[in-house]
Amino acid sequence: MTQIQTFFNALPGDMTQGLIWGLLAIGVYITYKVIDVADLTVDGTLAFGGAVLVVLVRAGCPVGIALVGSFVAGCLAGLITGMLHTALGIPAILAGILTQISLYSVNVQILSGSNLALSSRNFNLMVSSGEITSSLLVVILFNAAIIAALYWFFGTEYGMTLRATGCNKNMARAQGINTKSATVVALVLSNGIVGVAGGLLSQFEGNADVNKGRGAIVIGLAAVIIGEVLGELIFRKKFNFVLKLSFTALGAIIYFVVMRIVLVMGLPSHWTKALSAVIVALFLGIPFLQNTAKSSFRRAGKNSRAAQDDKEVV
Amino acid sequence: MLELHDIRKTFNRGTINEKKALNGVTITLDEGDFVTIIGGNGAGKSTTLNAVAGVWPVDAGSVVINGEDVTGLSEHKRAKLIGRVFQDPMTGTAATMEIQENLALAARRGQRRGLGWGISRKERAEYHELLKMLDLGLEDRMTSKVGLLSGGQRQALTLLMATLKKPDILLLDEHTAALDPKTAAKVLELSDKIIAENHLTAMMVTHNMADAIKHGNRLIMMNDGRIIYDVKGEEKKNLTVDDLLRKFEEVSGSKLNNDRMLLAND
Repeated sequence: MTQIQTFFNALPGDMTQGLIWGLLAIGVYITYKVIDVADLTVDGTLAFGGAVLVVLVRAGCPVGIALVGSFVAGCLAGLITGMLHTALGIPAILAGILTQISLYSVNVQILSGSNLALSSRNFNLMVSSGEITSSLLVVILFNAAIIAALYWFFGTEYGMTLRATGCNKNMARAQGINTKSATVVALVLSNGIVGVAGGLLSQFEGNADVNKGRGAIVIGLAAVIIGEVLGELIFRKKFNFVLKLSFTALGAIIYFVVMRIVLVMGLPSHWTKALSAVIVALFLGIPFLQNTAKSSFRRAGKNSRAAQDDKEVV
Repeated sequence: MLELHDIRKTFNRGTINEKKALNGVTITLDEGDFVTIIGGNGAGKSTTLNAVAGVWPVDAGSVVINGEDVTGLSEHKRAKLIGRVFQDPMTGTAATMEIQENLALAARRGQRRGLGWGISRKERAEYHELLKMLDLGLEDRMTSKVGLLSGGQRQALTLLMATLKKPDILLLDEHTAALDPKTAAKVLELSDKIIAENHLTAMMVTHNMADAIKHGNRLIMMNDGRIIYDVKGEEKKNLTVDDLLRKFEEVSGSKLNNDRMLLAND
């Protein structure tokens, strides 16, 4: 009984946290789903956005402007990955890892250490774990605004060139689209949003930490995939772009609620990262196994043997 | 309209796979020329089209389209002048995007793309009429994803996209080779119609010698990265497949080595 109580008491906080990570997941959606690049920069960008916000706010900057700083910082990280990938020809995954690892050094430099506190008692923050109700409202608004902005952007002439680039580069180039700059713009936009998520997360948790983003990409992917599976189950062919982004955010909430359930049931908290990896592996692996089950050598062999046996009987 | 001057291209230079693909291709197309290109395997037919499209930089020579030297322009910058249809029906369209979105992307080829809506109501009405012309029922499926279409439907759509904004030159790279004979004939007929109606300058690579004779006003034969035979007008109209085979042996000193080409004779 107390376990259920613990779960429900934690629910609003988990939803708030889930929606902050939902923003990160929406950023991941842009790279992973729209332009078909697995961008590992986000691990570094989340901590980077948080570090920039905390340092700016502590220096007396209004929190709204500091959050713009987080966005710009994220954009910069995306730009570097994009240039490494398109201008130097480094594979996207490696380009992201290079930026991510260098951001660790940058973050230590910005924070003058590995951790810096930001107390909601001393500063007027947008979200904090002490004021869950208003925080939840704020992050819902952030998600809604960003989803609306992305819906608009990807429907514009320019936004459509990003989608075409992700779908078919040959076609895009034949239609006069600069696929390199489209890829860079998508990486900039994605990491900008992740930077904002980092800025909100550091307010919510009351600190910036160089290790905050470790494994963030896995949580982001988990949210994208959970949202996709669920959305396709419910909406099937009517699963449009707005719903896809909304369900990505919802996927992040579900992720944190599921994590809370297993924690309440007694899983030690250091196992949550492994569990999130298992969730991603399962959701990515199941469709593959379903396909191979329909057409496998094992089944073909079995059918063949059965046919041979039938002949012998006759 | 199109001038190729002494185009040269070698792939994998200095390796064991070195291939001299183009060894000095020179040709001038007049406005309204519809050239069919035939030749053996590895003769440089598709490579010539790729040199025009700017898929990679040429080693030497120049490409001039409508008076503009485009040799130094990358593929997407040249695209404003060029319409293309590829051999693989998957290549010319974006599968996860709607039919009307693919058309809207093509309608803006060579234009600055801003932050206005990617497709307007007026355009939708225009596309509806254009798709009706194809007679494939696509006008009622404008919001369907292109990935749901058959190969023939996708090639017809790609053809429409390539010519939606009138190109200075239309490149058709064996665009019916992956289709069944009946669909291939239909797409070819459509190509003829669009080229004639818009007075387009076009190059079409084909492995079917009968098609090469039947379509267009000019025919070139390639071998070993060079143009070895160039014929137009009445002389071209009166050609037969046997003429072409004989011509090939005469000029190149060997038998035609394109199996698909020989099998496709009818």
